[in-house]
Amino acid sequence: MKEKVKATILTAEDIERIITRLAHEILERNRGTENLVLVGLRTRGAHIAQRISDKIKEIEGSDISTGFLDATFYRDDVRTRLKQPSVEVSSIPFAIDDKNIVLIDDVLYTGRTVRAALDALMDYGRPACIYLVVLVDRGHRELPIKADIVGKNIPTSVGEEIKVKLTEVDEEDAVILTEVTE
Amino acid sequence: MLKSKHLLGLDGITKKEIYAILDTARHFREVFDRPVKRVPTLQGKTVVNLFYEPSTRTRISFELAEKRLSADIVNFTSSASSVKKGETLIDTMKNIEAMKIDMVVVRHSSPGAPHLLAKVVDANFVNAGDGGHEHPTQALLDMMTIREKLGKLEDLTVALVGDISHSRVSMSNIYGLRALGTRVIVCGPSTLIPREIEKLGVEVYHNVDEIIPQVDVLNILRLQLERQQSGLFPSLREYHNYYGITRDRLKRLNRNFTIMHPGPINRGVEITSDVADSKHSVILDQVTNGQAVRMAVLYLLSGRKQEEGE
Repeated sequence: MKEKVKATILTAEDIERIITRLAHEILERNRGTENLVLVGLRTRGAHIAQRISDKIKEIEGSDISTGFLDATFYRDDVRTRLKQPSVEVSSIPFAIDDKNIVLIDDVLYTGRTVRAALDALMDYGRPACIYLVVLVDRGHRELPIKADIVGKNIPTSVGEEIKVKLTEVDEEDAVILTEVTE
Repeated sequence: MLKSKHLLGLDGITKKEIYAILDTARHFREVFDRPVKRVPTLQGKTVVNLFYEPSTRTRISFELAEKRLSADIVNFTSSASSVKKGETLIDTMKNIEAMKIDMVVVRHSSPGAPHLLAKVVDANFVNAGDGGHEHPTQALLDMMTIREKLGKLEDLTVALVGDISHSRVSMSNIYGLRALGTRVIVCGPSTLIPREIEKLGVEVYHNVDEIIPQVDVLNILRLQLERQQSGLFPSLREYHNYYGITRDRLKRLNRNFTIMHPGPINRGVEITSDVADSKHSVILDQVTNGQAVRMAVLYLLSGRKQEEGE
C-alpha cells in the first residue's frame, strides 16, 4: 500500500481564514457566546477547537469553555477489531447540562466517529443542543449525520484519503488529498 | 499494542507495553469523574471471574472495572461450586467455556494455574494472583500510582519491604519496574527473601533503617501468614520491631516520598496505623487506580486472537 499525494486542497492561509469564518458562523448561529461551549474530538479536532476558541476570544473578548473528547471507547468497531487503538485523555472540566455544545472535528466521513462522540457527550450530561462543525466534509456518510457548519466540502472517492495536518501535531498546516494505491 | 492475548504476568513485558497500559488507564480514570461512570466498550463480551482464593479488593475492583466497561459478568467462587464435589480445575474451566465466554480473570493459590488454563481454553486470560508467583494488575496499579504521585517511574528508587518470598505482588513489581530500568531494593529478614533474587536485577538489604534514606517509594508488603510455614521469624512483635514502618523510622526521610501497601494491612505489624493513614500514604489512591488499570487491561486484551501480533 502506497500513498500518492494528489493535491494540496488547503494551505495554511486557507485554514486560517476558514477558522475565522467558522468562529463567526458559530457566534452568529448562537447569537453571541451565551451558554456556548466547544468540544473538540481528539486528536486534530481538539486543536481546531482550541484555535476556534482563541479566535472567538479575539472577536468577542470572552473566554469560551473548551473541552476535548476521545470517543474511542464508544466506537462500534471496538468489539470487532483485533488491535485496540490507543486513546487520549478526555477532558471536559465543566458541566454540559443545558449548554449549547459545538462539537468540532477535522474531517467528516462515514459519520461513525460523530455518532460515538454524541453517545459519549450524553454520558456527561444533557446539553440543550449540539451543533456539528467540521473543517472538511468529504462525503460518503454511512449514518444519517450532517454537519451544521462546514469549513470546506471536498468531494472524494473512497480510494482517496484526506489528510489534515496541523502544526500542533504535524510539521505544517495543510489539507492534502492523497490516493492509496496497491 | 500488547504482544500477548493474555496478561499472565509481567515477566518479559516491555517498557512500551507498560506505558501503553498506564496511558490507557489514565483515560479510564477520567470516566470515574463523570455523572455516568460507564462506557459501552465491552458491550456483548462475557467475562468470568474465577476466584479460587479469597479476595476483597481485587475481586470488587475487577468486577466494577468490568461493569464500567458494560461487559456481562459471571462470578465464580470455588467454595460454592462443584469444586467441592471434586471437579478438576480444567474440567470446571472447560464447562464454563462451553457456555461461550470471552475473557477470564483467574485467582488461584497454585502458581501457574492461569497459564495452564490459557493453554486449554480459548479466551483472554488475566491473572489476578496465582499463589506466590505473580499479580500483574497490582504491580501495574502500583506503577500508575507512583507515576501519578512522583511524575515519573524511571530514575527512582523503589523499595519492597517485608515478605518477598511469599509475595506475588513483589515478583510482579520487580519484573515491571526492572523492565523500566527503575532501581529496586528488596528488604526483609533473610528467611523471607528468596535466594539468588539478585539475578532479577534487585539489590538486597536486611536493615530497613539503611534503605529508608535512599528511597522514593516504600512499598510495604503484607506478611502472608497464610502461606508461611512457622519459624521464619521469632514473633510478630519482633518482626514489627525490626521491619515495621513506624513514624520514628520515617523521621530520617526529609524529602518527598510515598508509602504504598497492596492491602489488606496487618496494622501494627508491617506498618503502624499513623503511617498507613499519613499524608505520605497513597494506599487508597492505589485502590482507585486499580480499577482504571484493570479496565485498561481488559480493554487492550479484548478481541485479541493471536498469541503473537503487531
